[in-house]
Amino acid sequence: MHHSQDPKNFTGGYTVSKRIITYAQAINEALRQEMERDSSVFVYGLDVADHKGINGTTSGLAEKFPGRCLSTPLSEEALMGFGLGAAINGLRPVNVHIRVEFLLVAFNQLVNMLASARYGSNGKLSVPIVIRVLIGRGWGQGFQHSKSLQSIFAHIPGLKVIMPATPYDAKGMLIAAIRDDNPVICMEHRFLFWQEGEVPFEPYTVPLGKCSILRSGSDVTIVASSWSCVDALDAAKVLERKHNILAELINVRTIAPFDDATVNQSVRKTGHCIVVDSDWTHCGFSAEVAARVQEDCFGSLRSPVTRIGFAPTHCPTTRPMEDLYYPNAETIIRVTEKKLGLKPADLSDEKFHNYENKFKGPF
Amino acid sequence: MQKDLELELYQSMYRMRAAERAIQQEYPNNQMKTPMHMSIGEEGIVAGICTALKEKAKFYGTYRSHALYLAVTEETDGFFAELYGKVTGPAGGKAGSMHLASPDHNLIMTSAVVGTTIPVAVGGAFREKYMNTDKIAVVFFGDGAVDEGVFWESLNLACLWKLPVLFVCEDNGLAIHTPTSVRRGYDSLGKIARQYNCLVYDSFEQTDVLTIHAMAKKAYAEIQRFRMPALAIIPYYRYLEHVGVNEDFDVGYRSCDEFEQWLAKDPIALLRRRLINQNQENAVVSIEDAVNKQIFISVQKAKDAPFPRPEELYRGVYGE
Ligand SMILES: Cc1ncc(C[n+]2csc(CCOP(=O)(O)OP(=O)(O)O)c2C)c(N)n1
Ligand SMILES: [Mg+2]
Repeated sequence: MHHSQDPKNFTGGYTVSKRIITYAQAINEALRQEMERDSSVFVYGLDVADHKGINGTTSGLAEKFPGRCLSTPLSEEALMGFGLGAAINGLRPVNVHIRVEFLLVAFNQLVNMLASARYGSNGKLSVPIVIRVLIGRGWGQGFQHSKSLQSIFAHIPGLKVIMPATPYDAKGMLIAAIRDDNPVICMEHRFLFWQEGEVPFEPYTVPLGKCSILRSGSDVTIVASSWSCVDALDAAKVLERKHNILAELINVRTIAPFDDATVNQSVRKTGHCIVVDSDWTHCGFSAEVAARVQEDCFGSLRSPVTRIGFAPTHCPTTRPMEDLYYPNAETIIRVTEKKLGLKPADLSDEKFHNYENKFKGPF
Repeated sequence: MQKDLELELYQSMYRMRAAERAIQQEYPNNQMKTPMHMSIGEEGIVAGICTALKEKAKFYGTYRSHALYLAVTEETDGFFAELYGKVTGPAGGKAGSMHLASPDHNLIMTSAVVGTTIPVAVGGAFREKYMNTDKIAVVFFGDGAVDEGVFWESLNLACLWKLPVLFVCEDNGLAIHTPTSVRRGYDSLGKIARQYNCLVYDSFEQTDVLTIHAMAKKAYAEIQRFRMPALAIIPYYRYLEHVGVNEDFDVGYRSCDEFEQWLAKDPIALLRRRLINQNQENAVVSIEDAVNKQIFISVQKAKDAPFPRPEELYRGVYGE
């Protein structure tokens, strides 16, 4: 393993050898290091080997690992079945989709074949595949390029569904997913690609099925997934500054299996729970969280669980309506104020994260 | 007659090119918040086919929908309004560039998921046969869509049930940046298609609009006469990047030389030269002036038009 040439950063230690990189770089590094470590790991999908390299996440792999980073024909269903065939015969494929909508084309293989292959073989078949899928929004992506659908995948037994929200998680969870013997769907919100954070050089794993606490607090629990963590963190900072409210912010990280214990423990402490999920609420992951919280924390709840998600409609292209479709940091602040009986704060000078202008195409 | 046709085709293609030049100018102002898949280079295909089959066909297409929309509707007010997300667009701003359509004009659907409108067109063709009309379905798609199973399933179905559909593969040799050479395990789509019970038109070397127009007329007649579907495979060159309004010869996946060879047979320039040689200069210039004026006005109107009202967000999810 080569460390950075920068002597300031080179410590040789495990956890201290960190530097700031982007989420996209963290994914690229995880893939590179796993391909170095294990020759059975290979990457394939539409355009993974072109000059754009899926927003840089697959850049350099085709050159460094000949025959192991393959651009494919546009044949999603066949290529999902192909991944199953490779996996049950001992390889560790990483299949990439630039939109969840395109993964839907492969839904038959994914749900009818991959998800149940282990069960149906009484454990004789193992399906160590990672399906990376980009989700996202912005610049008029519209109804066929902006869905999330994590609850649909999480509904299926046998599939693991992860949504890393920080560069640290992106690298550690992707490595854990590659080493996992089950199909893991890794959903990456495109806006996160530009998020920066401390990431160790060395390979490490972040266990799948564990939430993390992004911020501790005692007044209200905010449970967030994916890009919603960024909105929620912005909101939590404002809530503290303007209202002296300390929100405990839980980064869900894994949708299936869901670590409800961490959430329930927090809600028992705060008595209030808000779930912010980058998806629709009806039959969504946020509904699942609400159900688990009321089952486990009924006596501790001081208000009903509140869910925040996309508007229950299709994502329109035109900007003013797209703005209404998506919740944001302000939505979270307003919901919290209402829940706790606070007067709405003046937010006119607040600046919240948004990377829209970095991204004007669907790719 | 021939002269009128040539002028009509020139107007159709010039409208497409001029509208997209206007997009290239306006897009950097960040008011058209919709991803642009530009048609520049394919005008001859769409203009030829849509002009030939006006009133005789219902059309389906892809996210590369600008030229198709303009060819079928021959209007630019709604076109620009939709790109600006305004309520005066054909989808009231909900659709944007990737889903431009106008069922009122028989442009039924366009879609941003590759291959998805191909079976829809086959279903539309089934309706025409079922109702015993003289209309056909025409579906435009790229070479990338041919990689998808659904293309082959749809072709088989149309051949089996002898449905009146014209499949048009607009072959620019690229799916985003990936050339057919690394996506196809066979040499010739046309050769394979000849094993199916369908008509195949694949002898094109350029996008000469008159040739394509004549092909479409012939295809319509043969589809009706032989009661079978048809597949046209028409090569063209995508002048710009896959998505966006710029050239991308600097990034290295294709060469500028190739572009220059295609530019030498640009369908709009070719037809213009031909018309000028026939002493049609005045007619050509007046078409250009009128189109430019029309586009200028449409852009202004689109900018001035209101955005949809908030309650539109939920309207149209279900039928009332
Ligand atoms: C099912 C599906 N897979 C992948 C994509 C991403 N994608 C969008 S356009 C495109 C290339 C399509 O190429 P082609 O059909 O030749 O059309 P062209 O863009 O060249 O007109 C791809 C892969 C998609 N939209 N739908
Ligand atoms: Mg193509």
